[in-house]
Amino acid sequence: MDFPIFHIDFFGNRMLIAGIAILHVLINHAFAVGAIPLVTAMEWWGWRSGERRWDDLARRYLWVCFIITTTVGALTGVGIWFSTSLVNPYAIGSLIRVFFWAWFTEWVVFVTEVCLILAYFLLWKRWDGEHKLRHIRLGVVLSVTSWLTMAIIVGILGYMMNPGAWLVEHRLIAGFFNPIYFPQLAFRTPMAMVMAGALALFLNLFFTAGDRELRHRATRFVAVWMLVWLPLFCAGAVWYRLVIPRFMAEHFSVALGTMQFQNLYSTILWLTGLAFAAIVLVALWGGLRPTSLPRWAWVLPMVIVIALTAQFERAREFIRKPYVLGGYVYANGIRVSDYPLLMKEGLLANSAFVSEQEVTADNRLQAGKDVFMVACTRCHTLNGINSVPAKLEAMYGQDNPWSPEAVDQYLASMFAARPFMPPFPGTVTERQALAEYLVGLQTRRDVAAGAQTDGVASAQR
Amino acid sequence: MDPTIPKDIPLGLPAPVLLLEILVVVSFLMHILFVALMVGGSLLTVTLELIGRKRPEYDRLAHLVGATITVNKSLAVVLGVAPLLILNTLYTVYFYSANALTGTAWILVIPMVIAAFLLSYAHEYSWDFLAEHKGLHLALGFASAAFFLAIPLIFLANVNLMLYPEVWDQVRGFLSALILPNVLPRYLHFLTACVALTGLFLVWYAGRSGFPAEELGELSRARVRRVFYSVALVATAAQLLFGPFLYITLPAHAVSWGMTLVITCGAALAVLALWLMWKEVQAPDEAIGRGLWPLVGVLTLVVVIMATGRHMIRETAVGPHRDLMAAHTAEYMARVHAAQDYVLIPGGLGGEALPPGEAMFRKVCSSCHAKDQRLVGPPLTEIVAAYPGDPSGIVAWARAPGRKRMDYPAMPPQNLPEQDLRAIAEYILEQAPGT
Repeated sequence: MDFPIFHIDFFGNRMLIAGIAILHVLINHAFAVGAIPLVTAMEWWGWRSGERRWDDLARRYLWVCFIITTTVGALTGVGIWFSTSLVNPYAIGSLIRVFFWAWFTEWVVFVTEVCLILAYFLLWKRWDGEHKLRHIRLGVVLSVTSWLTMAIIVGILGYMMNPGAWLVEHRLIAGFFNPIYFPQLAFRTPMAMVMAGALALFLNLFFTAGDRELRHRATRFVAVWMLVWLPLFCAGAVWYRLVIPRFMAEHFSVALGTMQFQNLYSTILWLTGLAFAAIVLVALWGGLRPTSLPRWAWVLPMVIVIALTAQFERAREFIRKPYVLGGYVYANGIRVSDYPLLMKEGLLANSAFVSEQEVTADNRLQAGKDVFMVACTRCHTLNGINSVPAKLEAMYGQDNPWSPEAVDQYLASMFAARPFMPPFPGTVTERQALAEYLVGLQTRRDVAAGAQTDGVASAQR
Repeated sequence: MDPTIPKDIPLGLPAPVLLLEILVVVSFLMHILFVALMVGGSLLTVTLELIGRKRPEYDRLAHLVGATITVNKSLAVVLGVAPLLILNTLYTVYFYSANALTGTAWILVIPMVIAAFLLSYAHEYSWDFLAEHKGLHLALGFASAAFFLAIPLIFLANVNLMLYPEVWDQVRGFLSALILPNVLPRYLHFLTACVALTGLFLVWYAGRSGFPAEELGELSRARVRRVFYSVALVATAAQLLFGPFLYITLPAHAVSWGMTLVITCGAALAVLALWLMWKEVQAPDEAIGRGLWPLVGVLTLVVVIMATGRHMIRETAVGPHRDLMAAHTAEYMARVHAAQDYVLIPGGLGGEALPPGEAMFRKVCSSCHAKDQRLVGPPLTEIVAAYPGDPSGIVAWARAPGRKRMDYPAMPPQNLPEQDLRAIAEYILEQAPGT
């Protein structure tokens, strides 16, 4: 709450995190956690069979993974820190206080992982012949290390949805082993393995172009890999679905379709099921009849995987609303337990970086805008995605002047009508000022500039 | 109580402050060492390649130096996570505020580092492939180096601004934070240190048995090491200028006598290191490099002392503000606690006791449904007409609304208990009798 208000008004603040984080998940699941075991398995297969070609192919997969993970992969991970710090510093600041040692441990494991992947890649050719088995063992250790980084971060992700016993006990262990933890891990581990398979299928198109026979056998290898993990992926998904808090699960229709298309929920679910089935079919086909697999079948699973991952992460983040930390901090960055004070004494009076401390007769519009910036802009914009004026227009139309009383009434009961919205965090007067400000936007366009361009406006007090 | 003082996160620190402070200094030193090797490596690779246009053995040397960037850059990034995490913990409000105020540049660090890394891979691993296209190849190197030169400015502007809460309301974006004292003097000091540290690193690197000195033709191993020693020497000598410049331009609120004493000790040891480097540059071929480890020992001490001084600057700069912030936070939390039994009834029922169906209608439904005209959804008169004498029908629709009117926004499902929905439905049907 008491931070200069960073704000992006076209794409919206959520998109900043979403773009960086989804890219990071795609890379760390498909190119690291899933890919390293697959590469090691193929390297081992090459050693076992004595066929050099498998070793070469595995090394080429690893080359792609090395380039991508050490650049885009690593930096989007840092990017999640940067973007969450900008968009919801109260939430990430709180998470760090709770989970500091979990993240510190994760860091130690990351350093290990980076050293190991540097060694695994750079020493591939040198650790050959009599040292090949040592190199394979290095791959195994790296696989476990990679998986460990996921096993730690999932504890924190699960906490955000359901802190479980932490709300009472306030201890890291209670927060880490929350009700979501094992189901989510059981879901993500096989998911990463399947994603790596989809990636490897795609890479086969390029890396086996000159060797038909290898292409078919490599396709079969990858397909078998995927078929081993796909049932576990299903089981993990079901388990995870079962532990999602019920009131959050009710948001799925809006999560997947947005409010505009929320009644297409069952259609979307069918399409998701079909997409998943398509991956299973390609894997079966590639396993049983790789010679007849058409070109598009090497590309399709990867495209589907990207789409499904983006959809899953969007759903996971959305259904958690109105909270960013379940039961503890609302998505607007305001603590649940601060609400009584704010509703009694005012949001503006208790915010450091606003230009008006209280609503008066002269400053209603500016105060209303200040309230909007503090209470709404973590998720909403004025002129872009999820814009509030656009929502008002959808609700009330443009034919009549919008009524401040109606908007105020809506703001007052919004969290009952839209359960993923936090309650209004201020006094009745502040709410009314906000309503007047929003109504003014029917005819007058305003600009919501963040602190990154316009600085902060601490009032003259 | 000054209301412009922000409030801190009201959760306790996860470890004793002293432990966190030691961790941040140590982990930051590890990070900045590899950052220096990465930045210095990039600058030296390009410089050597430029020299190499006339003298091919320097081109070969440049290629060997460039290979070190691959490893050093990845260690630089991963080692940066710990100091970032601890800064977030120890200086939460300060760091995040500075981030927000320089937000555009701050988030651009991510794509810029990705670009720098991909370009350095392209530069290093296309060396032979682009041997006939030196112009293009050099351009890749320059581009990568340019990013490595620009990115530290963003970090420096941030960690400087975070120590300066008194000027936060004067900052308008990254550029205004960049010209605050004393970002640019720090940048000079940092760049010079990058070159010096990389020079010494390469003295070691070129001395390893695995280093293919035989590929360098006329350039003997000893000559290479002497060249790198000279680079380190010149850079460290330049610090005798940039160091004091940095000290003099420190904003006054960050300076203390204790820190001055500490920095002076560090500077004295740095002069000793300079003398040791001079001896090494003068040493005969067969003895060169023998003095490396004592030199590294002295410099490690210098760096640890300087990092300690830096930490003292941090504490001096934000200490008073942080005390105010702690007091303000405590006072705020006391008020939060006292207000816990305050309950606001949304919509303001004015104290009358309404029948439950009507009360809930007003609370949940009235923001979208008015009596006889469209507000957001259809008016009650239409609803009553659609469900004559049929409260169950209204309940079913409210639980799982379909979409009859495409020019209206979709109604969100209302998941209230059955008896509540029933009471609301009956109230609705009472509102427009006889239709």
